[in-house]
Amino acid sequence: MSESKIKISNLHKAFGKKVVLDGVDLELRKGESLVVIGGSGTGKSVLIKCIQGLLTPDSGSILIDGEETVGADREQQAALHSKMGMLFQGGALFDSLTVWENVAFGLLENQKMPRKQAKTEAIRVLRQVGLAPDVADLSPSELSGGMQKRVSLARAIATKPEIIFFDEPTTGLDPIMAAVINDLIIESAKGLGATALTITHDMASARKIADRIAMLYKGKIIWEGTVKELDKTDNPYVLQFINGLSQGPIKVEI
Amino acid sequence: MANRIELFLRALGKPLVKFIASLGELTLFIAKSIYHCLTPPFYFKLMGRQFMDIGFYSLPVVGLTTIFAGMVIALQSYTGFARFGAESGVASVVLISVTRELAPALSGLMVAGRIGAAMAAEIGTMRVTEQIDALVTLSTNPFKYLVAPRIIAGVIVLPILVLIGDIIGIFGGYVVCVYKLGFNPANYINSTLQNLESLDIVTGVVKAAVFGFIITLMGCYNGYKSKGGAQGVGEATTNAVVSASILILVFNYIITELFFAK
Repeated sequence: MSESKIKISNLHKAFGKKVVLDGVDLELRKGESLVVIGGSGTGKSVLIKCIQGLLTPDSGSILIDGEETVGADREQQAALHSKMGMLFQGGALFDSLTVWENVAFGLLENQKMPRKQAKTEAIRVLRQVGLAPDVADLSPSELSGGMQKRVSLARAIATKPEIIFFDEPTTGLDPIMAAVINDLIIESAKGLGATALTITHDMASARKIADRIAMLYKGKIIWEGTVKELDKTDNPYVLQFINGLSQGPIKVEI
Repeated sequence: MANRIELFLRALGKPLVKFIASLGELTLFIAKSIYHCLTPPFYFKLMGRQFMDIGFYSLPVVGLTTIFAGMVIALQSYTGFARFGAESGVASVVLISVTRELAPALSGLMVAGRIGAAMAAEIGTMRVTEQIDALVTLSTNPFKYLVAPRIIAGVIVLPILVLIGDIIGIFGGYVVCVYKLGFNPANYINSTLQNLESLDIVTGVVKAAVFGFIITLMGCYNGYKSKGGAQGVGEATTNAVVSASILILVFNYIITELFFAK
């Protein structure tokens, strides 16, 4: 449990004059599930986009398996991406492809798996996330929001990644579907032994899937600890956030 | 006074910097696109789909445009030439204007409206729904997967479309001359064939290839950099069509100048 999978130090990112990440330090150990909480617009999405190389940080360092990713060239980036999977907030399913082609995308395009084998594999993963094989040939737009989330999850885990990112996995779902997705996240991450980084502002979801929780505020990690520690903390920022109070040290900019 | 000058320069500076920045962005995009068009892996299946979209499904539009263009040129030049008793020149005027100008320029503009808009909308939607980010996280280069197949298909398919448009346009002129103006069919065909020069066809085809590049590039570029939801995608679509149409007309002139200005 002690081996470091991702180590972020002093990460900075600004868009023009707007500073989004202002010196983030964060470490994920191998196989653990870390949830980053924080209000809307605090830079949670920017943080995972920086880790994935979708955005280039202004300064700082991100080590994945001890390897520096900031300023890595295209080949190194591609190698990194093959270790990662991501569940996007809106699903981000390719609507020109069928459900199974979406799930098998990584297998078909990168691992060059034959189509027949890839389809069998896709159906197996779909079943794992609780979808019947007959959705495989539908187009993503024919599915409900919850089903799309499941397909997106299936796509994220189909390549058996070592690191999985979850971007607001429960946003826009009803409480029961949210609970189902939470269970699936735990199952699939544990099943693969993968390291999971989730960003969310849904506290119920955070408590359920986190080994550790970190809170991002004004571009910095202001609190870090286990779920048990979360209940005992006296950090006023964290208390305001987890209790959902409109009054407190965090001022909502209107 | 100095303060005013400073204010003036400031007001001038911001849009200028913005303009130069976007020019640089476009140049980088073009360089990247060309690089990825020429290096493997190639997505032949996606290219095939684009061939169908840009080429085959544009045939009716191109056919209708060029046939009416050929017809109207025949009619107009006849009324002009009849004054000098030079009706026999109609065939060669139709031939030259269709192959050199009308077929490439009109087909280019029609395809820009049809394909440029669709491309910008599709890629723009993929951008705002994070599908392009998803491609990257699945270790697939969006330039290779989205941009290169479209540009390659555009550059190859537009010349073919224009060649077909040439034939249909000349046929349009033939129809008007023979069935409306009472020309002798054999004479008309004869004088068309006699005046046929490879340079006319070649310029048309070169233009078409350039237009194919412009249309697909503008569609991809505007879609790729679109942001801000539905409104952003709408803007990207408009920009793609407008910029492609203007560039087509500009390059139409430049290429004509290169070939014929002596």
